[in-house]
Amino acid sequence: MNESETTLMEPGAMSSSALKGAEKEQNDMIKPSHARERRRRVFQRSAFGLFRIAAAVNGTALAIIIYFLVARGWRAINWTFLTQPPIDSMTKGGILPCIIGTLCLSMGAILVALPIGVASAIYLNEYARPGRVLRVIRLGINNLAGVPSIVFGLFGLALFVVLLGFGVSILSGALTLGAMTLPVIIGASEEALRAVPDTYREASLGLGATKWQTIYRVVLPAALPGILTGAILGIGRAAGETAPIMFTAAVFYSPSLPSSIFDEIMALPYHIYVLATAGTEIEATRHLQYGTALVLIVLVLGLNLVAIVYRARLRRRLG
Amino acid sequence: MKTTDLDFYYGDFPALEGVSLDFYINRVTALIGPSGCGKSTLLRCLNRMNDLIPYSRAEGKVLLDGQDIYDPNVDVVGLRRRIGMVFQKPNPFPKTVFENVAFGLRVNGISKKTYLANRVEESLNLAALWDEVSDRLDDSALGLSGGQQQRLCIARALAVEPEVLLMDEPCSALDPIATQKIEELIHQLKSSYTIIIVTHNMQQAARVSDITGFFYLGKLIEVDDTDTIFTRPKLQQTEDYITGRFG
Repeated sequence: MNESETTLMEPGAMSSSALKGAEKEQNDMIKPSHARERRRRVFQRSAFGLFRIAAAVNGTALAIIIYFLVARGWRAINWTFLTQPPIDSMTKGGILPCIIGTLCLSMGAILVALPIGVASAIYLNEYARPGRVLRVIRLGINNLAGVPSIVFGLFGLALFVVLLGFGVSILSGALTLGAMTLPVIIGASEEALRAVPDTYREASLGLGATKWQTIYRVVLPAALPGILTGAILGIGRAAGETAPIMFTAAVFYSPSLPSSIFDEIMALPYHIYVLATAGTEIEATRHLQYGTALVLIVLVLGLNLVAIVYRARLRRRLG
Repeated sequence: MKTTDLDFYYGDFPALEGVSLDFYINRVTALIGPSGCGKSTLLRCLNRMNDLIPYSRAEGKVLLDGQDIYDPNVDVVGLRRRIGMVFQKPNPFPKTVFENVAFGLRVNGISKKTYLANRVEESLNLAALWDEVSDRLDDSALGLSGGQQQRLCIARALAVEPEVLLMDEPCSALDPIATQKIEELIHQLKSSYTIIIVTHNMQQAARVSDITGFFYLGKLIEVDDTDTIFTRPKLQQTEDYITGRFG
């Protein structure tokens, strides 16, 4: 112990302490390195503290948002609110069509984006040879992720609503949201596929499995929890977006629930936007706006929770 | 199985040069040599696992029952079924013990339950693992010990009834007791298979193999009966390596 302390000492400290008695000398030799230890510990602690604060900011932000919504919106929440359509120029009644609409749109978006996204990720990570083509595709995907959501809305209007003639409908909205969600899902899926050890692939191929069997039976199951994380993020994003659906799927007010994917619908985020900016009684419907926002966030968190529980189950089964 | 004048390149770098080596049925052939000498590369040429590495190529011939496995008409998937492989680190799939062993059969289109169950039991018996896992078939294979996992990987390879068994340092991640079990297993298995084992452990090569090939810098330096290699090697270089003077 003392020997190793000595080796850490500067030569100068040695000569000054050499004047004192043997016992004392030992103490002096240990002391400076104690001070250094303390400095390191303080530095370590404060660095940790900073990181912890940074991490805590996230949780706090969520807590504040939820508190805010609950405090202002809970009075609006009751059975009628959740199970009836709006009435009296949307100043009373419920938001059932919006809940249904948002569920349809986000589920539809995932139905569109998950297969395409996972297939793209499989191509990029398992099949494509590194080279210029791959780089260009990746660049495209990264840029797709950076496209503002309103641009997706206009794109959906031009392509799905007008050109393909789907009209303002669940289908157009789901396709638009799906396109917007794609990069998230591709990114998460690729990450998940990359995390599957190559030894699994080699073991499978070594047993006479084809490449596709290897991917389907070994790689995909191992990557599934990670892919689901992508889906969770995707659903959350799709459910909360307003801009992509305002030209493609959502309507101001609809007296009836949708009966097919070609119907236009109401949606929670758009309903909030409408009540807060264009309603007939903006101030009087504040509590409805917050109530709707509360329902939206509970819905998204609920969807996430379902997926997280499912993912944890999968992981346990695999582990 | 044999190789004639086999060269292998990673890009422009020659990892193997002019390797001609015969592997015999019911014999264990050990490949020894310092790290980077090409012995693992050779092993992975024998079931074309190296195909997975971009910008690599093989020249020369690898014959299995007289047929060149690098012939363009060869079905690589079928080939790999005939040549089983056990890897350096135990790599069971994150599936149950049963599904690990059944995997090779399932991908080859076998789904009959009774046949699968028989074959799995048989393979686990061959790998001397049945007694330890017979009541844990439906548990995750990742819960087994390292040595058990490696024997599971051997059982998995045996389940598809290969003709050749390639082992790439199969004991390097295992403790001495698990290593001993694997070595005993190799002894038993050689009555039915052509076994080729890469090892860093010279004692292991001496213990388990009948024929030993010494590699250095991508070339096969000397090959002979294991006894001869370890007692009266013809070349000074081989002797230096075996006696630990370099490597």
